[in-house]
Amino acid sequence: MSAKLDTTGPTGLSELDRPNSYIGRSVPRPNLTRLTQGRGQYVSDVVLPRMGHVAFVRSPHAHARIVSIETAAAKAAPGVIAVVTGRELAGVCTPWIGVLTHLKGLKSAPQHPIAIEKASWQGEAVAAVVAQTRAQAEDAAELVAVDYEELPVVTDMETALDPGTPVIHPELGDNLAWERLHVAGDPDAAFASADHVIEATFGFGRHTGVTLEPRAVVADYNAGDGRLTVYQATQAPHMIQNILAKHLDLPESQVRVLCKDVGGSFGIKVHVYADEVATAALSKLLRRPVKFVADRIESFVTDIHARDHRVKGRIGVMNDGTITAFEIDDLTGIGPYSMYPRTSAIEANQVVNFTGGQYTCPNYRALARVVFQNKNVTCQYRAVGHPIACSVTEGLVDLAARRIGMDPVEIRRKNVIPDDAYPCQSSAGMKFERLSHQAALEKLLDMMDLEALRADQAEARRRGIHRGIGIASFIEVTNPSAAFYGVGGARISSQDGVTVRMDAQGSIHVASSVTEQGQGAEAVTAQVVATAFGVPIERVRVVTGDTDNTPYGGGTWASRAAGIGGEAAWQAGKVLRGNVLSVAGAILQAQAENLDIRDGLVVDAETGRERMPLDEVARIAYFRPDTLPPGVQPEFVATRHYVPKRYPFAFTNGIQGSYVEVDAETGFIKLLKHWCVEDCGTILNPQLVDEQVRGGIVQGLGPALYEHCLYDEHGQLLNGNMADYLVPMAFEMPDIEVGHVSTPTGESELGAKGAGEAGTAGAAAAVMNAVNDALAPFGVVLTSIPMTPERVLRALGRV
Amino acid sequence: MTPRPLSFMVNGETVRLLVDPRRHLGDVLREDLGLTGTHLGCEHGVCGACTIRLDGEIVRSCLTLAVQCEGARVETIEGLSDSGEVADLQEAFRNRNALQCGYCTPGMIVTAQDLLLRHPEPTREEIREHLSGNYCRCTGYHAIVDAVAATAAGRTAKGSAAA
Repeated sequence: MSAKLDTTGPTGLSELDRPNSYIGRSVPRPNLTRLTQGRGQYVSDVVLPRMGHVAFVRSPHAHARIVSIETAAAKAAPGVIAVVTGRELAGVCTPWIGVLTHLKGLKSAPQHPIAIEKASWQGEAVAAVVAQTRAQAEDAAELVAVDYEELPVVTDMETALDPGTPVIHPELGDNLAWERLHVAGDPDAAFASADHVIEATFGFGRHTGVTLEPRAVVADYNAGDGRLTVYQATQAPHMIQNILAKHLDLPESQVRVLCKDVGGSFGIKVHVYADEVATAALSKLLRRPVKFVADRIESFVTDIHARDHRVKGRIGVMNDGTITAFEIDDLTGIGPYSMYPRTSAIEANQVVNFTGGQYTCPNYRALARVVFQNKNVTCQYRAVGHPIACSVTEGLVDLAARRIGMDPVEIRRKNVIPDDAYPCQSSAGMKFERLSHQAALEKLLDMMDLEALRADQAEARRRGIHRGIGIASFIEVTNPSAAFYGVGGARISSQDGVTVRMDAQGSIHVASSVTEQGQGAEAVTAQVVATAFGVPIERVRVVTGDTDNTPYGGGTWASRAAGIGGEAAWQAGKVLRGNVLSVAGAILQAQAENLDIRDGLVVDAETGRERMPLDEVARIAYFRPDTLPPGVQPEFVATRHYVPKRYPFAFTNGIQGSYVEVDAETGFIKLLKHWCVEDCGTILNPQLVDEQVRGGIVQGLGPALYEHCLYDEHGQLLNGNMADYLVPMAFEMPDIEVGHVSTPTGESELGAKGAGEAGTAGAAAAVMNAVNDALAPFGVVLTSIPMTPERVLRALGRV
Repeated sequence: MTPRPLSFMVNGETVRLLVDPRRHLGDVLREDLGLTGTHLGCEHGVCGACTIRLDGEIVRSCLTLAVQCEGARVETIEGLSDSGEVADLQEAFRNRNALQCGYCTPGMIVTAQDLLLRHPEPTREEIREHLSGNYCRCTGYHAIVDAVAATAAGRTAKGSAAA
């Protein structure tokens, strides 16, 4: 390659602009045809010989001591293979504690795959029934008689720390899992000298992922090999391998995790669930394959929930619009355990880390407290902490603007970190390499045509129709280094690896440690390898999700697959090209550096003239190596790994706009249109980025308006089914316009940052600000999501 | 619970089975016939992932007992794919990236085809309305609406060219 690497911008000629480059092209994903024909293979489709099906007996109580479990009747039921209690399963599986050492003081209690002494939330498994069919297992599960002694239930996070509240895990001393205080600058002085201080309390309801394919696992322990093969819909195969090996007393080499098609993840499938570990343990115990597919009701009570934060926020502002200080007091309830191994304290930590991060304001105080309660566990779900930090920040900024009579756009123009101020650091200590808040804001205003919208809004207002415009800028954490988990002692890899191999016909086989959940990781990997090596993309085949056959790596979470896995693929493709060209050079008696591979042909680098096709290089190397000069040993396989090192995270940024109509009589909110500008650096595949943004936005709009896991005071989930838990439907969702600013990271050659969580980060904040703009004539402000019709009407004083 | 004999037509093939009366059609298609393209998302008739065609009408296979299908004609995504009936919809979904994880897609395509057979030129609003019984958690729907609209436009153009 003679082109000098230049990552200064998308227009500069760089190594990514190789002839026939696929970088920046909307290439359709190779696996889509199969999926449109119903020919995917999801874990729920997997069937193995001698496979048993497990159904779990789950606690109907939120908190109860298990007095006794009577299993005789269940064992005698048709088709039953085994009925297993937690105490019995403990013989083959050790418990775990979901803590990380870098979250100082985080505590949790030991958790077993099946509860032994007591159940701590409604839905926790207390026994397992394995039978020939799932229906037989469910029939028999109803015959398991569990005698419970109900215990006092802790549900309200506001009172979880009160002296009179029972302690869920007495050995821990109290219900406080973790707390963090962060102070930057001099917030007290800044608030004291501010012209105005505005306070508001924000609420973020519990919601969950509702992956359309529920969690599923097939565990196959082969006692002959002493080997456990696990088919699991997971985002992190190597993490699962490590965890299962550790708790089932197997070497990691004797655990293989296979991840085929996955029916939606969004963070739901990156955790270690007790019932999934129990399934693997049951397979080891029973020496046969065992399958668990959660039904929808189980999904609602056991898939991790997210959010459930109450944030008291304060902002100080001067009359000229200068923001002088932010302060937050975040309280979150995480259920009875900190989830393993990523912990349930990360979301609160990210709320502290991201609040106010768009702005230059140096004065900041944040307190976060994470408390236990007898509800389902919460943990990391798409855009962890982002919607909370963004809604609090952008809600407060709008309130400040309103107080001083400034336009919401103007106050942002005045306070966002300028595009020429990088690199810099936020008041929470986040390091920013280069962001583009100013460019993104101006681009959004162009796309929205704000003046026309304001005119439409005014015209509608005259007709008694209440429309509102909201904007919300955000930062997004992507491409995490070891700073997320590795430094805290979790064996969750932050590096990823890619192996590329040329076969005897000159096609390229790629094995990557990142995984595909529908976001397009395999497509992007193929694009990058095809470009780096120089073949048509049809000649690249990508395999992911197999711990036996891919390099070791972290998988797909925290918007890392393209930025980290993609860079490893890029480097591996380049090395393989060099390896192949050195052999071609020997065959052609040419200098390898004067040759290139383009469109599947070895060519003269200078002129592009064809010298020989790749399949001919492969034929000679594989079948006639005797004709190669002495000392030439073809190595048509290359592996490269990558992890970012200069920055702990590659932050990205963006801004969203929302136009809504609020019916003041019914409280219904209609989404008229939504816009997003985001900056994920180098755009590898524009269509895939746009669709990640759109899908992410709708996953932010759901909790903004509809999605809410409602519990009563006894810790009973009231709406744990799809009819009562509302997710966005096609008719309710608006068209979504997506635009981009591109600021590549200089840390990698590709320059790609993540894009998967940008949409979710800012959607709720934009809608909340739009709703409050619509309701401004009534003088009311909504600060809790979901903004249901009831909440709108309550705010208006109409119910 | 005695298994009952069931004879029906699935994707053009006559199938004879003994099934428990309590089993729903989705389970029988998936477990007994290996037609795993029909996906189960909620098993209470809300999400639409298990949508199939029964005697020409789209139904939730999770809300249909298999024994109700005696003598009926059932078409699943596998049959509609192999006959080529929805090939243009599938191509449009692929080109527009109107699917991510693909779990809702078979049901979505069966439902979209139902709309296009009834209303060859639907508006975006009508497309959104008709697809509202099919949940998608990945795409946000915009791309799906685009793909269905593009298919409708393609069929209309083809129809008028042929006329």
